[in-house]
Amino acid sequence: MRRREFLTLSTTSIGGVLVYSLDREIFRLSPQGNRPIRIPLRFFSQAEARIVAAAASRIFPSDEMGPGAREAGVAVYIDRQLAGPWGRDRYRYTQEPFEENAPTEFGYQGKATPRQIYRQGLQGLKGFDRLKDGEQDEKLKQIEATLFFSLLRQNTIEGMFCDPMHGGNIDMVGWQLIGFPGPRMSNYDDVDQHYGEAFRPKPVSLREVTGRKVRPGEDLE
Amino acid sequence: MKTLLAVDVVIVGGGWTGLLMAKELGSRTSLTVVVLERGGPRGTDHYGDDMDELDYTIRFRMMQDISQETVTLRHDVNQRALPLRQYGSFLPGSGVGGAGEHWSAVCPRFLPDCFELLSRTTEKYGAARLPEDHAIQDWGISYDDLESHYARADLLLGVSGKAGNIRGKQIAGGNIFEGWRSAEYPTPPTKIPYFSAVFGEAAKSLGYHPYPVPAATTSRSYTNPDGVSRAGCTYCGFCETFGCMIGAKAQPTNILLPVIAKRKNVSIRTGAWVRRIVHDAPKGNGRARGVTYIEGKGEEVFQPAELIILASWTLNNTRLLLLSGIGERYDPATSEGTLGRNLTHQVVFSAATAFFEKPLNRFMGSGASGMMLSDLDGDVFDHGKLPFLRGGTLGARTARSLPISDCGVVPKSVKTTWGSEWKKAALHYYDRAGRISFSGEHLAYVGNYMDLDPVYKDHFDDPLLRLTLDWRENERKMVEYVVPKAVEIAREMGAKEVTPYSGLRRYDATRYQSSHLQGGTIMGRSPEHSVVNPYLQHWQVSNLFVLGASVFPQNASANPTPTILAFTYRAADAIVDGYLKNPAALA
Repeated sequence: MRRREFLTLSTTSIGGVLVYSLDREIFRLSPQGNRPIRIPLRFFSQAEARIVAAAASRIFPSDEMGPGAREAGVAVYIDRQLAGPWGRDRYRYTQEPFEENAPTEFGYQGKATPRQIYRQGLQGLKGFDRLKDGEQDEKLKQIEATLFFSLLRQNTIEGMFCDPMHGGNIDMVGWQLIGFPGPRMSNYDDVDQHYGEAFRPKPVSLREVTGRKVRPGEDLE
Repeated sequence: MKTLLAVDVVIVGGGWTGLLMAKELGSRTSLTVVVLERGGPRGTDHYGDDMDELDYTIRFRMMQDISQETVTLRHDVNQRALPLRQYGSFLPGSGVGGAGEHWSAVCPRFLPDCFELLSRTTEKYGAARLPEDHAIQDWGISYDDLESHYARADLLLGVSGKAGNIRGKQIAGGNIFEGWRSAEYPTPPTKIPYFSAVFGEAAKSLGYHPYPVPAATTSRSYTNPDGVSRAGCTYCGFCETFGCMIGAKAQPTNILLPVIAKRKNVSIRTGAWVRRIVHDAPKGNGRARGVTYIEGKGEEVFQPAELIILASWTLNNTRLLLLSGIGERYDPATSEGTLGRNLTHQVVFSAATAFFEKPLNRFMGSGASGMMLSDLDGDVFDHGKLPFLRGGTLGARTARSLPISDCGVVPKSVKTTWGSEWKKAALHYYDRAGRISFSGEHLAYVGNYMDLDPVYKDHFDDPLLRLTLDWRENERKMVEYVVPKAVEIAREMGAKEVTPYSGLRRYDATRYQSSHLQGGTIMGRSPEHSVVNPYLQHWQVSNLFVLGASVFPQNASANPTPTILAFTYRAADAIVDGYLKNPAALA
């Protein structure tokens, strides 16, 4: 087994709420002074996690519109997805022969798994997290057309808006940003009301709705 | 290989058709019936905690395990087929209830002339107007033959809607272009969410005849003729790709399982992967003797049976017959053979994506709550001077506005796809974008068909099914005609920006269309041109019946579930009242 690696984030950068314990529970942690928070990683090395966190936060930045990938814990979400069945291509037909240059209408036909695509893509982004914002944007523009970038972009959106049980969308910041109330059981009284005005009930997570812990897909098998 | 004790009836597949047939045969006869379902078990209240977009919509929790089996695709016979390695243009379900569990529950009937498409079209426009390479056929029955069975299906599901034609009398507010109904819908229309209501108003002011989408997400609590009760819909929006948490959406598990569970003569075996139908009729007439399947533990067993009902997912019906060597394989070069012919999909896309100033609250709704119109469907409008035949419906459903799937739907004026500027637009437009969808007819062509792939295999080393499938000029011209009309409605709705559909090019396996594929084991009047007779009985093997959309000679623009159920009822009647009394060819 590999040495356990951690993603170390300053409490100021994430609002001091985010911690995963070893049994994969999310805990709220009040910031104690400026002590950094250490999150156990399942797939990435510490250096890789920092790059992914930095890149995701250029894709979905924290800005005057509100929180972004950093506050939502997107890097942690992606780490867990890659460590789980999706990362090793459990949800894809992987029999040979592969066709690396298939027409787009046939979807991705290559051999590499999401884990391999990330590992290789991150090779090209060494030192990315130490660049300035503008330089990071330039770097991302150079790789915009790659499969790695399209995965990273898609996974960033997933990490922003997934149910919090998957490690992203912490405190439902993504849902609050976009105005999605989560798995609300009934809209019966509201569905034909509020015409033309924003109706924004307080978001609820699946765990709050069901009253029990639901096992996320990344923890299966 | 172990041989099990013989049973009277074996049903391959535990979805809508297999379980409806099991319910009918189980209730109306004392035959021993075994349903073989290759997926896992489900109960009536299975969906307490599935409202998770990531695992269900993005990772396809309810679908067949694509790592085990998929299909291959090529656009024409000169291309090398490639496997669909991840889900895209359609979503086959798995487990008890099948795709009937994760459907959106849109529940229309087909237009009457769909069942006599070849003769009606030829009669009106002449044979010369048909596309040169068409393979259009009549079904061998008429809408009038089917209406009473449609009515049974509507009652079974408790479909919500507003009739537009009761026994020939047109009724404003319903679909005045539909075929006659013997009765009003069992339950009133669903509530209409804001975006859909605005669509309805705009369409009406432009002279169209909008009506509420027929929905099996029932508008109020309902008890069907089998005594099965369901709650009314709460518009939570988790319908398509999900099972309904409160059972308001009609699903095989909540309306068929409760009846089956009371019948001691019916049993369902899950984890039973059928590989072959065993028969003594490679060509010509003969009998099926049973099926072989892999049990959960991996052992292959033989289940003998007197009567075999093939009721698996539409494409798999064709594949199982091809693998079993039952019937004559279709050859597109000569148009000889019948098995695998007339593969069709459905022409479905967002005709106009409309961006509004006001928020739409699109998270509230159901898979089938909305308004639609049929003014551009079938042959409702004259095609005499148009460069295509047939048409489809335009509609505005308010369903499935989930944030991972819908974040980033922005107008064309937004040039970036990431970063601050894009984020600002993505957040602003998330709840200000609505889709006017087109659901159009896909004609059958000589060159669109199915056979077995020579290269790729499933996890048991059986060849995958190969689809040879592409659009033709008729579909492309239909799209060109209908998109500007959708844009006009969007403008009338007050949209500030509208993105029209960019047009059909080659068949795209990555873009979700619908899970409505038809053909392969088509029905018809003669064994020269079809696989099953109008009672869905195999022409050559009289103790084999085939259920589901694989028997449709071509697509009919509307979603297929009520039609599939109506045909299953009709086949059940033919078996109980005809075949069991005299086990021979019914036609």
